[in-house]
Amino acid sequence: MEYFIELLFSGLTRGSIYALIALGYTMVYGIIGLINFAHGEMYMIGAFTALIVSTVLSIHGLPLPAILILTGLAAAVWAGAYGYTVERLAYRPLRNAPRLSPLISAIGMSIFLQNYVLLAQTSDFQPFPALIPDVAFLEPYAAIIGSTDLMILIVSALTMGLLTLGIKFTRIGKAMRATAQDQKMALLVGINVDRIISFTFVIGAALAAIGGLLIASHIGQINFFIGFIAGIKAFTAAVLGGIGSIPGAVLGSFILGLTESFATGYVSSDYEDVFAFSLLVLILIFRPAGLLGKATLEKV
Amino acid sequence: MKRHSRALLRLLQLPFSEKATGTAFRAPQRPAWCTAGSAVQGLRKVVTIQSGKEVVFVMRSNHLFAVLAALALAMNGAVAASAAGTIKIGVAGAHSGDLASYGLPTLKAVQLVVRNVNEKGGVNGTPLELLIEDDACKPEIATNTATKLVSSGVRAVIGHTCSGATKAALPIYRDAKVLVISPSATTPGLTQSGEYPNFYRTIAADDTQARAQVNFAVGILKVNKIAVLHDKGDYGKGLAEYARTFIEQSGKAEVVLFEGITPGAVDYSAVIQKVKRSGAEAVLFGGYHPEASKIVGQMRQKRMTIAFVSDDGVKDDTFLKVAGQDAEGVYATGPADVSGNPITKAYREQFRKTEGTDPGAFFDNAVAAALALTGAMVTAGSAEPEAVAKALQTSEVATPFGRIKFDAKGEPIGIGFSIYQVKNGQFVQVQ
Repeated sequence: MEYFIELLFSGLTRGSIYALIALGYTMVYGIIGLINFAHGEMYMIGAFTALIVSTVLSIHGLPLPAILILTGLAAAVWAGAYGYTVERLAYRPLRNAPRLSPLISAIGMSIFLQNYVLLAQTSDFQPFPALIPDVAFLEPYAAIIGSTDLMILIVSALTMGLLTLGIKFTRIGKAMRATAQDQKMALLVGINVDRIISFTFVIGAALAAIGGLLIASHIGQINFFIGFIAGIKAFTAAVLGGIGSIPGAVLGSFILGLTESFATGYVSSDYEDVFAFSLLVLILIFRPAGLLGKATLEKV
Repeated sequence: MKRHSRALLRLLQLPFSEKATGTAFRAPQRPAWCTAGSAVQGLRKVVTIQSGKEVVFVMRSNHLFAVLAALALAMNGAVAASAAGTIKIGVAGAHSGDLASYGLPTLKAVQLVVRNVNEKGGVNGTPLELLIEDDACKPEIATNTATKLVSSGVRAVIGHTCSGATKAALPIYRDAKVLVISPSATTPGLTQSGEYPNFYRTIAADDTQARAQVNFAVGILKVNKIAVLHDKGDYGKGLAEYARTFIEQSGKAEVVLFEGITPGAVDYSAVIQKVKRSGAEAVLFGGYHPEASKIVGQMRQKRMTIAFVSDDGVKDDTFLKVAGQDAEGVYATGPADVSGNPITKAYREQFRKTEGTDPGAFFDNAVAAALALTGAMVTAGSAEPEAVAKALQTSEVATPFGRIKFDAKGEPIGIGFSIYQVKNGQFVQVQ
């Protein structure tokens, strides 16, 4: 039983890591129907920004909570700026192009950003400081869950809640939904569609950057390639839950994380990916739009 | 019959082509008729040019065997006669092609050693002569190379570079009673199969590292339950499989977990929980430093303090930098540091003087091979393979790796892996 609980929490940790990245994928897809393959790079750039900012701040001797908050803000703003720029450069000119073109453009952007960071920084792994300190009340449970794991869990649950509420009840959320339903009609009723789309990208990138900060401090190292690997898994999770659906992304992430964890624990970690992707195939056979995705009729 | 004639053809081809001295960088020249599988049937006329004379053979298949056999005998006799005055040593390996960078440093190393020996008057007064042959690391060329060297009358060969080529060539040398010392062929079977008593090497075999890890964990750390993890790659998994075998053979410890992890994953806590549940007292990891630092970090997060023993893919400064505090106490195997050895320094310096660059892969190993061979010849007082083999196994020779000799199987005693432990952010040799 204890072993089961340990595996459960290990799966939840994994799941919430995936969820932090998957949320951005699913949001962008929900609004403009584009799979933003450069999203993993936003995560990676967020992590690098966090590394640089936190190093500078710790040299100035700030207390750890202040470093954490300022670093989070800086990473979110900086990655948000990247998100905005990438959208302006790589996707907006292709707004009315066939659907494949922005997809290719996204892959190109991803490769460009990876190599940009490779050249601007280094190809080596860089150590990432543990920004979230161990807390005393978790010490009896250290073998099950650490402070960073708990923080990741809380943050991903919190962002999911806030995003869902925001999209449902705020003005800009309403505008986002309108844009998602029909861009032309949204324009007709006076919504600045371009601005809404930019906003979506900025939010998505900022979320990824927060994810980058938390996940990097969980695994303790970063390099230019982490975005690709994490991005693939998060994308799988988003598809599993139903891409375009925000609760779906979180659900899909947890299912993926738990499957991997239990497969490792009860079968073998050699087959971790086999189980994860078999599950994906199964779910897509019976629910092609994912668990919580809405099946939409598309005229292709 | 057909197979016989082809083997003979191969044998015969060698005296026909030029002698190899000084033609280091040329691929072995094979007459076109020798490469085609069914050449024997179609063979009507063979033209060879030797010492200015043109010899024309017109052959029919049924006479082929006798003619070739006679010819081969005559050629070998001639070569043996001309061998007086020098001791011939072959250098075979990859001198061209993709893997030339693994073979050329060996050639240079042997040339340097032989030059030094000859400057001092040779081995017991007899100068050494090098015969250089390229095998491009290809087994099918290596057999030709070997035949060529054997029929030129070499007493010993330093090479080949690659394990595959070495394995292909060894039976030919064995049948001719020629000693072979490879500076770079690491496949364990070459020595351990017992098929090639004429084979020696001056590099640790692939399984030596796993053996060092297991001996350390079982013998020094005295753990009884070991979890073996690997990264599913050729290097990591290979090492882990050897380690598992050795642990089981030792009889003193058991493998309680053997698993591959996915490189690059964001979290290894599930597999760590599994290690904990297995009751392992040590983790033996085969793989590289990015995964090792994540696993160690997460083990320490989960307050697991059991020993972590890893390999030379982890014994890297990046590991120290990334794992930071968590790296403390981690064990890793790695080749012993020989850069302080005076012989190593002297030969590296000579290389830099003549070539202007730093020596490449296996240079130290090749220097060791050449020194061991020439040293054994001096000790034995002759170049007779049997006497030299005995000297290799009984008397130590000073090499870049310190004083080494060989065990009965041909493995070097004294070239191996050391155990390092991270202490205060540095790898410190502990054994």
